[in-house]
Amino acid sequence: MKKFALATAATFALLASSAMAQDDTFRIAYIEGLSGPFANVGDQGLKHFTAAANKINAEGGINGAKVVVEPFDGQTNPRESLVQLQRAIDEGFQFVTQGNGSSIASALIEGVEKHNKRNPDEPVLFLNYAAVDPAFTNDRCSFWHFRFDADADMKMNAITDWLESQPDIKSVYIIGQDYSFGKAVADAAVSQIKEKRPDIEIVGNELHPLGKVKDFTPYIQKIMSSGADAVITGNWGADMQLLIKSASEAGLEAPFLTYYGGGLGAVTAMGQSAVGRVMQVSEFHENLDASEEQLEAIKDFEDEFGLDYYYLRIFTLMDMLKAAAEKAGSNEPTEVAMALEGMEADSPYGHVTMRADNHQLLQDLYISILSDDVPGTVEGTPFGFKTVENGMIDAAATKTETTCKMDRPN
Amino acid sequence: METIVFSLLNGVTYGLLLFMLSSGLTLIFSMMGVLNFAHASFYMLGAYFAYTIGAATGFWVALFLAPILVGLLGAAVERWGLRQVHTNGHVAELLFTFGLAYLVEEIVKIVWGKLAVPYKVPHLLDFSAFTLWGTSYPAYRVFMLAVSITMLIALFVLLKKTRAGLIIQAALTHPAMVGHLGHNVPKIFMTVFGIGCGLAGLAGVIGGNYLVTDPAMAYAMGPIVFVVVVIGGMGSLAGAFVASLLIGLLQTFAVAVDATFYDMFGWAGLGQMTEVGRISISSLAPMLPFLLLVLILMIRPRGLMGDREF
Repeated sequence: MKKFALATAATFALLASSAMAQDDTFRIAYIEGLSGPFANVGDQGLKHFTAAANKINAEGGINGAKVVVEPFDGQTNPRESLVQLQRAIDEGFQFVTQGNGSSIASALIEGVEKHNKRNPDEPVLFLNYAAVDPAFTNDRCSFWHFRFDADADMKMNAITDWLESQPDIKSVYIIGQDYSFGKAVADAAVSQIKEKRPDIEIVGNELHPLGKVKDFTPYIQKIMSSGADAVITGNWGADMQLLIKSASEAGLEAPFLTYYGGGLGAVTAMGQSAVGRVMQVSEFHENLDASEEQLEAIKDFEDEFGLDYYYLRIFTLMDMLKAAAEKAGSNEPTEVAMALEGMEADSPYGHVTMRADNHQLLQDLYISILSDDVPGTVEGTPFGFKTVENGMIDAAATKTETTCKMDRPN
Repeated sequence: METIVFSLLNGVTYGLLLFMLSSGLTLIFSMMGVLNFAHASFYMLGAYFAYTIGAATGFWVALFLAPILVGLLGAAVERWGLRQVHTNGHVAELLFTFGLAYLVEEIVKIVWGKLAVPYKVPHLLDFSAFTLWGTSYPAYRVFMLAVSITMLIALFVLLKKTRAGLIIQAALTHPAMVGHLGHNVPKIFMTVFGIGCGLAGLAGVIGGNYLVTDPAMAYAMGPIVFVVVVIGGMGSLAGAFVASLLIGLLQTFAVAVDATFYDMFGWAGLGQMTEVGRISISSLAPMLPFLLLVLILMIRPRGLMGDREF
């Protein structure tokens, strides 16, 4: 009897494991704030991931497995995001993606590291598409983390290079969100300006609470009375929209050098007053030269989701993930990660490389300015971004020194 | 100079918005002894109703209709909700409103979605009223000031100069006596609860497009309203008014101050680059009302103008 029970148990175990092996889906957990002040940003990213997954599935999936991106609401809160990570792991997800909020990315990296240390047989890979705290690819780098967006230092490099060509700008005001990312932006701005344009005076360096300020007028007031010639901000989501809304209401005329001026809703909030003043540094904007095929793909996306194509890097991430899994001949996270290291690929806008030493993607960056004289417009406004003169930064030129010392699995 | 003038203007606008919210809460508290935890939810409903009604009829109709609707809803909550739990004492009432706040938030998420709705300032008021020292001041803020002050005067007249106001005031302190004189005290309670919620609704209508209309707005406003009521003195309208302005000004001015702890306490040996020395006054702005709350409770527990001792 006992033998029979054992045999039955063994049979079931075998059946179960073979069922797992035959599971022909490639599941990615998308942990973002899908409610709360940054819900619209989370929703926007999800739609891009869905589109990328649909595209891959139409071409036969990853190693024959159907890609599924499932949303988990982390509420833009590190604690809740960790809860969602655990939930995703319990449900068998081995690929996780997130990007909105470096404080959350930081918690997730730690969570993934811990999990992988305790469960070396079922590792989890974290694909970061937007959290740009430079620490993640330097002191705090992890084998299990790959970043597909340029980090805060790389973007600030592009901005300060542009500042070098603007002798009229004699003072800048730095304003940002009060958490690791906002601080990283401010620190990068201060140290790089000191180095490249020591004559520029930093007339303000301000942090405001993340996602809590509803009325930026007092801050704008301060910027105006400081007499700054330009404003540098890393703000995103509602904090970006409301900042610009207050600035245009108050009639602030200084140019805004931003990371996410092209982010969802910002252009609508800014309107005419921002034309010729709001600049952004990004890997994509709607008026870059591209092949017919890519333009078609953008149009299809916008028709299907009723949303502007914004995250080129999400498509890059998914394409590279597929390429890496197929190169490794496996959908197992460790092998995919190994294949992803040092991988080169062609995006619709140029060559990209995933650095092996710190897992940071190198891609061309563009400084663009909001214009009312462009073919590609956003959010149903008559405005769109166009590259400024000397605004293209080659992928190789964006490379920064790294302090990363990575522990690789044997 | 310009910083002071604009901080003053912005502080007063925000302060009056706070007063509109907290006056209702104060009225309700002084009358029934109920701390309405769901008060900010009525503020949120005001904004959402105005958004939906406004889409069909335009902003001006919504400005009148939405607060009335919220007021009626408030009266209904009192009649069929609070009155039922009243027999179980204040704790039950408190818990009831606490649950209500969650319920309203979830309902709002189901009906209007989790994202912020594009509730915009009406076109007619979307221009700059005047320009001072190169900074323009939006007309909508002037309008908010006007609405708040009108409401303030109307409330004052209602309570102090009319017969209904007299009865309400009497019912606040001596409900049994008023009842014996033949007035329908439960009905007075219901009316006051409705008016209080309506005021919160009005604040939502004009605050929703000035700030943001999303399901988190009640949660964001809730705590600060309680701070106003406690600092002003539980149940004192005048106190709530003073406290609202005080908090509005305190927060705006703190943001405008460009000093760090080092600038203030450097003489005491605090280093400029230390963690504490680098904290700026402006980054403390959101904390100040709560600091004030703690201080008031320590020094003058009945609040600035309250007469109720605890």
